[in-house]
Amino acid sequence: MRAEIDRVGIKIGMWLFLYSEIVLFGGLFVLYAAYFHKHPESFAVGGKELDRVIGAVNTVVLLVSSFTVAASITAIQKGSRKLTIGLLVFSITCGFVFLVNKYFEWGTKIHHDIYPNSETLVNGEPGLNIFFGLYYVITGLHGLHVIIGMILLSISLVLVLAGKIDGSRFSMLDNSGLYWHLVDLIWIFVFPLFYLVL
Amino acid sequence: MDNQDTGHILSYSQLAVVLVILLALTGVTVGVSYIHMGFFNVPVALAVACLKVTFVLLFFMHLKYEGRVIVLSFLSTITFLIIMIGFTFWDVAFR
Repeated sequence: MRAEIDRVGIKIGMWLFLYSEIVLFGGLFVLYAAYFHKHPESFAVGGKELDRVIGAVNTVVLLVSSFTVAASITAIQKGSRKLTIGLLVFSITCGFVFLVNKYFEWGTKIHHDIYPNSETLVNGEPGLNIFFGLYYVITGLHGLHVIIGMILLSISLVLVLAGKIDGSRFSMLDNSGLYWHLVDLIWIFVFPLFYLVL
Repeated sequence: MDNQDTGHILSYSQLAVVLVILLALTGVTVGVSYIHMGFFNVPVALAVACLKVTFVLLFFMHLKYEGRVIVLSFLSTITFLIIMIGFTFWDVAFR
């Protein structure tokens, strides 16, 4: 006799955690909205400092990786283990590409003396200081989520390789996938708010 | 026992169609951001973002095929989020 696996229960648990994440980022977006209302000109100037091309490339990278993660779940359900492994490796690589882009982006900003408590920001417009403060907090926290998502996908990959995840029990992969999609969801809002304002 | 409802499998082509829609909408937001409409850029950008998020939630995150518990709890979270963002912003904007 083997114990029944409560897949629905496992999924509800994951969603409850995702709700807390949604509210966490929701709180940060409230801050953004309130300060945008107070300093619209500075936010427009700040937004123009950010590179739209890198932002757009990162959006595409995350969307494609979300697709490959969703496809990997279809693949494991259909029993094509090799395809699952390939799609997961590709998705983790996408996460890595995203982080490398972010590294260059932050690096350029820091090189131009734009970072929390830098001379330019402290002595400049207060609105600009708030814009870049929010930029570093929100993209930083999002970047942390990308790293956690990559770790979860890697654990799933190892479990697929070890044969612990297969077509009949794949909740770990399913939940890692949900987390990865959440990372994508948050970026879908971060991208227009920071890169495309006015 | 009532695990049957998790059996739905999305096909690769369905997922690919969703990806194409998402990429097209990304193109739309980037394109629209070059047209200067003053304040109206913000609601347009947010509307496209909401549309994209809806596609990700329904298909990639499988929400369209989930049971009542997950759908209702998700909608409650979004309602709470709207109240939190809406009322806070209302206070800030019309104080």
